[in-house]
Amino acid sequence: MSVLDDDHVLTALDVTLQIAGEADLLRVRSALRAEAQQAGLGLTSTTKLVTAGSELARNIIKYATTGSGVVSIQSRTSRPSKSVRAVFSDSGPGIRDLDAAMRDGFSTAGSLGLGLPGTRRLVDDFSIDSAPGRGTTVVIEQWSR
Amino acid sequence: MPDAIPIIRLGASLLVTLSGDLVDSSVEQVEREVAREVAATGAAGVLIDVSGLWVVDSYVARVIARLVAMIRLLGADTAIVGIQPPVAIALVELGVPMTGVQTALNAEQGMARLRGLRDERVG
Repeated sequence: MSVLDDDHVLTALDVTLQIAGEADLLRVRSALRAEAQQAGLGLTSTTKLVTAGSELARNIIKYATTGSGVVSIQSRTSRPSKSVRAVFSDSGPGIRDLDAAMRDGFSTAGSLGLGLPGTRRLVDDFSIDSAPGRGTTVVIEQWSR
Repeated sequence: MPDAIPIIRLGASLLVTLSGDLVDSSVEQVEREVAREVAATGAAGVLIDVSGLWVVDSYVARVIARLVAMIRLLGADTAIVGIQPPVAIALVELGVPMTGVQTALNAEQGMARLRGLRDERVG
């Protein structure tokens, strides 16, 4: 998947992290925060991005059968704004009913079902691609004002 | 390894400080230590200071709700104090239901809140 398009320029700050256990969760948060500060995101915007990333990393640890996935974090510039974009992907079982998973209150694992809809509300841009057997990829992006 | 959880006695209350990154391994330790201290001191109230938490995701929010429920079973009231403004905003957007949990801006107001709860019950 290409992350480049006409309006966007990737900077050299890309980070890719494996997500397999709790220790990785802390690394994902730290990396997101560092990129957000670099991109000049405000404190609230940064906290929302890191919280969203924390939710997605936990989902990978909890749901992906292999229990592992990867996040790739990039800083992008689209004048005059900058953003942090994070792509979370795993090769787990995938989500059977994506529409249901994006509704508040839906959960298959006995949790509160806040995960995906809540995560979407935290960031400026959110997209998800998933199907049974194909794993799940979630892209989140937060812009500086 | 998680550090020891700071628990300080303040009159009839305990002050528990959560900080850094709360992970599964430290959660169990927090619950054990808080339960033991509440039982040992017969505390009437517990202040949980979360001003040191810069990220509270739904998992950590559930941990806090569990602590409050556990303390209630031990007969004490709880007030969560020091939620950082960006954390409050993120929690609301995330849709975490923190209803039924007493909160206050800081430890001083939290103490007043706990005293109010006690007086209500006695009076």
